[in-house]
Amino acid sequence: MAETGAGQDSRGQALAARLRRNRWLLAAGVVAVIAVYSFAGASIYVLVPALALLAAAAMLPADAERRSTDTGAAIEASGLQRLSGEYLAAAVADPLIIFDHSAAMVHANAAAFAAFGGLAPGMSLALKFRAPEMQALLDGILSGGVAADAVDYTEKLPVERTYRVSASTVGHATGLYVLVFKDQSETRRIDRMRADFIANASHELRTPLASIAGFIETLRGPARNDPAARDQFLQIMQNQTGRMARLIDDLLSLSRLEMKPYLRPGTAVDLRQAIDSVIDSLGPLASENGIVIERDFIDGPVSVPGDRDELFQVFENLLENACKYGQSGGRVTVSMARVEDGQDPGIDVTIRDYGPGIAEEHIPRITERFYRVDVENSRTQKGTGLGLSIVKHILTRHNARLSIKSEVGKGAAFTVHLPAR
Amino acid sequence: MQSVHTVSAYDEELKFLSKRIAAMGGHAERMVEQAVAALVNVDHGLAQKVIQDDIVLDEGQREIDDKAIIIIARRQPMATDLREIVGAIRISADIERVGDLGKNVAKRVASVDGRQPNSLFRGIEALANLALTQLKEVLDVYASRSVERIGFVRDRDDQIDAMYTSLFRELLTYMMEDPRNITPCTHLLFCAKNIERIGDHATNIAETIYYIVTGDQMPAERPKGDKTDKVVMAGTVPAK
Repeated sequence: MAETGAGQDSRGQALAARLRRNRWLLAAGVVAVIAVYSFAGASIYVLVPALALLAAAAMLPADAERRSTDTGAAIEASGLQRLSGEYLAAAVADPLIIFDHSAAMVHANAAAFAAFGGLAPGMSLALKFRAPEMQALLDGILSGGVAADAVDYTEKLPVERTYRVSASTVGHATGLYVLVFKDQSETRRIDRMRADFIANASHELRTPLASIAGFIETLRGPARNDPAARDQFLQIMQNQTGRMARLIDDLLSLSRLEMKPYLRPGTAVDLRQAIDSVIDSLGPLASENGIVIERDFIDGPVSVPGDRDELFQVFENLLENACKYGQSGGRVTVSMARVEDGQDPGIDVTIRDYGPGIAEEHIPRITERFYRVDVENSRTQKGTGLGLSIVKHILTRHNARLSIKSEVGKGAAFTVHLPAR
Repeated sequence: MQSVHTVSAYDEELKFLSKRIAAMGGHAERMVEQAVAALVNVDHGLAQKVIQDDIVLDEGQREIDDKAIIIIARRQPMATDLREIVGAIRISADIERVGDLGKNVAKRVASVDGRQPNSLFRGIEALANLALTQLKEVLDVYASRSVERIGFVRDRDDQIDAMYTSLFRELLTYMMEDPRNITPCTHLLFCAKNIERIGDHATNIAETIYYIVTGDQMPAERPKGDKTDKVVMAGTVPAK
């Protein structure tokens, strides 16, 4: 009921509006009819229907109204025209760069600034995007040969990213062009991860697998009736399967990290608490190896932005290495210091062992996958060759740095610098 | 940024030079990237492509030389413009050398048969990444002219040298283990050397850019980080 009422209401309003809009026409009509009546002396019977006709005509939903709806749309469209290109660019989630006929940048949205460092208005895009396919894309669009085009563009460094870049002219004869980058790194990386995983896994898993296969053969053949040998072989096989399991765990966690190398974690982590729990969890290993863990922490709360589980893994790997490979030193020092000076303030955490140390030539390379300073020692200590690689990846994600100082015979110090921001 | 000249064609000519340099730089970066990928994956087809691509850089350098000479002759450039033009000649020569080094790596793909331990290739890849990062950042500075950020070049150079020294040692060890490794390892050694040289050319370019923008020479304090001249291995004869 109320709806009908409202409907009648609005109909009444529309009628009133029509009358108002047509008032001049109506007035003119009335004047004309009255003039004809008074001058020509027509009968009153003509006058009244003529006036009624005029009023009805004024009340009809006229052409003008339809036209005025069009005008409304036209006003909205000009609102779109007035819409600033900057707002529109800012609303696009993908990196977007607007440039002029000389390939100089006119405007870039926030996503573009975040994705490509060192952009500035007026800068030549031909100088910034130097890859041959990008040069061809820019040349093609600027020479006017094509109105729109797209290429795949891969940036290898600092982290590998692949974009589908489309370029097109903006409007008619505005002299402006636009580049839109669609990030396809994720899909690429998934493909790559699969390939890498198979390559690495097949290479590194072959050794334990071959040894297990060999022992099974021996157990079924020559050692069939030798209980002592059987026990020993089963023990070795168990160790080997354990190694394979560890390796797969590490490979998976590394692949997961590589999948999202430039995701910055957001929450604050209590560093003191995280390191304390790492030390607690490695207590058994340390005492087994005859290592005393010493702490040298700064006072007050220490928190850095990051992902707690990942940072835990960093310190766990570093401390575990120190306990395993620095065994001969008998002690490991974990120290924490605040770095205020310089352009990069933050927290330095140093894990120092007093073992045999690492020779200079290995230091640049020990964060590579499967790089081992001493293959035999790594095997006996149940190393997978991936620990430091994982550390490096996590720290890259945290915008942090790992520096390694070591002197042969004097132990090694691994320092993690976590930025405070 | 450059000021505007009365003769706008002059501006166009200068812009052409820097645009051509950028294109050459991009091409050289791509060549080195592909040469190393060809080496690591033993991809002969890709190696052939890199070898053929080198001609583009040679042409680029010749073109820049010609244009630069014509501009000097016709416009009598002064100050910044003159430095810009002379700098372009020097940078294009460095980039052309980078391309040659990439091409040389590609040529050696045929002689390294891929039976070497994976870690060696990983080492070469890591070295190449360092050198390419250096080159990319230097060319980015050429685009943005923000020379205050150029200090990174020397840090990176030290890292490249340390990595190269480490690879050098490792290759020597492999050669001593088994004489059959000598042929492929020698080729890999040259590849590593070439890549290390790419880093040096990037440093040269950085110095030229510094000169173009400031008019001063970059302060000369380059510590020698390449220690391979001191690497020796005790020559023990393997027992038969």
